[in-house]
Amino acid sequence: MAQTEKFVLNMGPQHPSTHGVLQVQVELDGENIAGAKPVMGYLHRGIEKLMESKTYAQCVPLTDKLDYVSAMNNNLGFCLAVEKLAGIEVPERAQFIRVICAELNRIASHHVFIGSLTNDLGSATGMIYAFRDREKILDLFNIICGARMSCHYPRIGGVAADAQEEFFKLTQEFIDYVPQMLDEYDKLFAGNEIFQARMKNTSIISRKDALRFGMSGPNLRASGVEYDIRKIDKYSSYDKFDFDIPVGTTGDNWDRYMVRINEIKESAKIIQQAMDNMPDGPFMAKVPKMFKPPKGEAYHRVENTRGELGFYIVSDGTTKPYRVHIRRPSFINLQALDHMCKGMLLADAVTAFATIDPLMGEVDC
Amino acid sequence: MHNGILYLAGQGLKDMMLPIIGSELIVNLIMTLICIVIIFLLVAVSALVFTYGERRICALIQVRIGPNRVGPQGLLQSTADMLKLLTKEDIIPVGIDRWMWVLSPILIFIPSAMIYALFPFDDGVIFADVNIGLFLLLAISSQSVLPFLMGGYASNSKYSMLGGMRTVAQMLAYEVPMVISLLGIVMITGSLKMSAIVEAQSNVWFIFLQPLAFLIYMTTALVESNRPPFNIVEGESEIIAGPFTEYTGMRWALFFLAEFANLLSIGILTSVLFLGGWQGPDFLPTQLWFWIKAFFMVIVYQWIGWTFPRLRIDTMLNFGWKVLLPLALINLLLTGIGIYVVNAL
Repeated sequence: MAQTEKFVLNMGPQHPSTHGVLQVQVELDGENIAGAKPVMGYLHRGIEKLMESKTYAQCVPLTDKLDYVSAMNNNLGFCLAVEKLAGIEVPERAQFIRVICAELNRIASHHVFIGSLTNDLGSATGMIYAFRDREKILDLFNIICGARMSCHYPRIGGVAADAQEEFFKLTQEFIDYVPQMLDEYDKLFAGNEIFQARMKNTSIISRKDALRFGMSGPNLRASGVEYDIRKIDKYSSYDKFDFDIPVGTTGDNWDRYMVRINEIKESAKIIQQAMDNMPDGPFMAKVPKMFKPPKGEAYHRVENTRGELGFYIVSDGTTKPYRVHIRRPSFINLQALDHMCKGMLLADAVTAFATIDPLMGEVDC
Repeated sequence: MHNGILYLAGQGLKDMMLPIIGSELIVNLIMTLICIVIIFLLVAVSALVFTYGERRICALIQVRIGPNRVGPQGLLQSTADMLKLLTKEDIIPVGIDRWMWVLSPILIFIPSAMIYALFPFDDGVIFADVNIGLFLLLAISSQSVLPFLMGGYASNSKYSMLGGMRTVAQMLAYEVPMVISLLGIVMITGSLKMSAIVEAQSNVWFIFLQPLAFLIYMTTALVESNRPPFNIVEGESEIIAGPFTEYTGMRWALFFLAEFANLLSIGILTSVLFLGGWQGPDFLPTQLWFWIKAFFMVIVYQWIGWTFPRLRIDTMLNFGWKVLLPLALINLLLTGIGIYVVNAL
């Protein structure tokens, strides 16, 4: 009498497609997935606790290591929270430079998404094309702040140094290159029959489920919810730019991919506007060397590449924060993995994981 | 009368040895041994050349440079890799089925090397020109599924097991359309003999008479040799390396060697069955034409592999059973009608 039984497959923490050190306990019925349980914590460094023993200025580079492929956005989020706490008014030029950097970083982060997704789909070629273009942005960061990934460029009160003419020139060159770049991606990935078959109607998250999981960022927008902190909170003078929020319809893997591709277009639009209207003036507000925010608490959220990144800071009036809590979008988005994998095939687990696009540095914090 | 360079060289060697040794039987035996050695050398050398070639070609497609440090233009890279693999520690995992595990990498190499005996390399140069050539060739090449399953089962690893099961599923789905698509060629030629199939293409290549069969064969050949986009058996982003997951060093290298031998053999087979084999215009020797076509097809297969993402297993099996099989049957029907019409005229 033939018998079948389910078995548990441990994917990770050392597995080619878990993008870091995540373990997924996949319950398999043949090739069909009955459940997928993410086990995290392998990259926990205690950043929230570490921040309690560092001055506010020293905390900024720690945020680089949260979501290490979009460091600019993390720096920006933390700085904005501290500025809100201390009531610092940031000069407009600094705000514009911050926006340019944040949007460039968004594009670079989406490059990593495209690269790792196509690599997980079995086309290593796609990864190299995406990383080739990401290199151009990292070179721009190298020019503006001397670092490629851990930027630490936005500082409390402004940015570390003024942007040079060379930076604007090369950024313009990159923006002019974006349509050609996306055209190439469309030919290589989106136009491919196999790519479409793997992406369309797989791992669907409905609008209701996406909200129920508390998802945010491109993953939520792919499910058809028009929710973008840049539009809602209008921080760092985002209200001065004209841009759209790309949304999906069904919430499948294909929508999550297309939303990100369209976001690259919108980011390029924002950067172009910021460069055209770049105001003159100081790049740094007057912040005392011995920086002591008043007693109190503040929460500020930004639209990180992966979703809503929030910093909650409690100050006791000293040079160091009393408590910091970070709302990490990757951590919350990852909770949908089980829902996305159920009833799909083993190969889809890899695609689902890649389209949630979590970053283990941020998940484990 | 044959006039390929290899044939003439072999005949010359035979004529030279005959007066010295005297017995024709012994001369034939020596010639057989020489052929076996040449075929094995060909397989081994082609694996070395292809590792390098594949990496450089794939680098070209992937806008990178590829290996260029070891030796001039990186030519010695694959030699260095082989030496590294030879000196690696031989790790035997705990809890395996020892005999099956050890046998699997050895067995996988046998069918890959064996089918070289049935390739017509040049005019009159074929190791075993048997009456059932094509049939035997397909029968041998389908044996490669067994070592995969053995390795997958014996490794005592879930990834390996999944890979082994996938091999069987895909082999079943793709062997059938492959055989049926090649039947059209047999109907036109009227023979299963490999040399007869090549000679039948002296006027027009079968790619023009059987374009549908050519496309079906190309697809199934990619599956048969586990090339991307059909490499689900070893889909590295899902099941690490499938049946090879637990193998290291030289044992793994044997799988690797077999894979490259398979790549060359599907290149040769495509050129023999559809592109006229060693035949070509007179300005180049026939031997050269053979290798030009074979390598061209190998590059085409690599090109396909490095461009497309991998298929999912259910899509792939559906495609085999529901698309390729009916198409192959239609091709068979059309060929039959075509032959009837031509004969009636």
